[in-house]
Amino acid sequence: MAPLTEPSAGFKFDNVKRNQLLGDKGYKLPTATKTGTTIVGLIFKDGLILGADTRATAGPIVADKNCEKIHYLAPNMYCCGAGTAADTEFTTNMISSQLALHSLNTGREVRVVAAMTMLKQYLYKYHGHVGAALVLGGYDVTGPHLFTIYPHGSTDKLPYVTMGSGSLAAMSVFESRWRPGMSREEGIEVVKDAIEAGIFNDLGSGSNVDVCVITKGNAEYLRNYSTPNERVQKEQSYRFTPGTTEFYAPRVARQAQEPAEMDTSA
Amino acid sequence: MDPIEFRLPHTIHRPAASAKHGPVTRTTQPIVTGTSVVAFKYKDGIMMAADCLASYGSLARFRNEKRLMAVGETTLLGVSGDMSDFQHLQHTLEGLLTQEYDMDDGQKLGTKSVYKCISNIMYNRRSKTDPLWNSYVIGGIDNGQKFLGFVDLYGTTYQSTTISTGFGGHLAQPILRRRVEGREDEITEEEAVQILEECMRVLFYRDARSLNKLRRAKVTAQGVEVSEPYALETNWDFAESIVGYGS
Repeated sequence: MAPLTEPSAGFKFDNVKRNQLLGDKGYKLPTATKTGTTIVGLIFKDGLILGADTRATAGPIVADKNCEKIHYLAPNMYCCGAGTAADTEFTTNMISSQLALHSLNTGREVRVVAAMTMLKQYLYKYHGHVGAALVLGGYDVTGPHLFTIYPHGSTDKLPYVTMGSGSLAAMSVFESRWRPGMSREEGIEVVKDAIEAGIFNDLGSGSNVDVCVITKGNAEYLRNYSTPNERVQKEQSYRFTPGTTEFYAPRVARQAQEPAEMDTSA
Repeated sequence: MDPIEFRLPHTIHRPAASAKHGPVTRTTQPIVTGTSVVAFKYKDGIMMAADCLASYGSLARFRNEKRLMAVGETTLLGVSGDMSDFQHLQHTLEGLLTQEYDMDDGQKLGTKSVYKCISNIMYNRRSKTDPLWNSYVIGGIDNGQKFLGFVDLYGTTYQSTTISTGFGGHLAQPILRRRVEGREDEITEEEAVQILEECMRVLFYRDARSLNKLRRAKVTAQGVEVSEPYALETNWDFAESIVGYGS
């Protein structure tokens, strides 16, 4: 009997040739749901502010009108994700649990550079195949830090950043209005305007604005901070009046019965 | 008997792209290019800006290029894309203006006419799969009405209060839409200059084929005015706080 082989870690590329043959025959691979996104981060006087839109697309279709792109990593750290939705979701979840363990192991509050290093080493290992483009922000003992992490594993450390398909629209707002040492109100306003620039000028972004304000010892997640695309009230009630459908004999669905008491004593 | 071979001029009969007929004689890729043009309507007319750069790929080759051109007395033409194709159209338009002058019938070439002419030329060339590889912004005052239109290498045309080509579409258009749309008749010249400079500054920061030397032009009831080249103030203070890229 042949010995059981240990499955090797990482991606298996066995099906690449098969997929290529299928592709030549005309079978198209299903498209990954992409966040086609506008995500931003900026540093202000007391810390940092992250922002994101809430549209998830599968090709030309809006798959989720109000998804959450700002992911929790640690009590003092959040991460916005653009690119392949599954990749950003699972990657941030995984690093979040690793950070929790790390914090318990060290007995200290996690540092932002720890999360950044874990993320970049993971993404580099997969050479860009894990399509996660992240804006990582947090406030630790060394102060506020804002990073961008690209799918291939490179990082930038900057005072203001934008990522995703709407990044140019958002960056045009930042380049016009970012200053060092802004107040909280100003910072939130600039972040909101940057995301709205992406929402209204980029087709891959839309719906609402999520904001997350991280300061020393406190992180405030403001879900749906701005909703500039609310659906108008429907002009009429489109409810069918009872009796619209003809019936011969009425039948009432049986009410669900309470299950009889079960004797679970030993 | 040998068949008689006709050789018609290439403008009528296009040779197919095969070795026997020689090289491909249509535009396949732009070579010397200009980047974004930004324009919008304001209270007194139209304002437009473009930088003075014509790039040769990634080389900043010609740093005093004119990408804003006055056509007659009421029209302003801004161009991005291949500069040789622009110069060809420039000669054609100058020929048109000369013809109008010679006709001496008291009529002047209006903005809408220039716009329609350019869009017909562009669509015609695209239909021969030999495009003029450009995006044009045509602005002017036609019969007292402000006009601002766009024509590109496909022959796509549209008119709008705010127009920007190339990278400007991604970086400047969000700013223009927020600052200008709905307020065209309120914006004074000072504010218009300020909006334009904000857009051109962002483009200089984020377009890797731009230059901090630009020209500004306006069309008003008084006519077309193209400014001399000037540079914008830029702020690089944020760089002082950046060390490294991680830890």
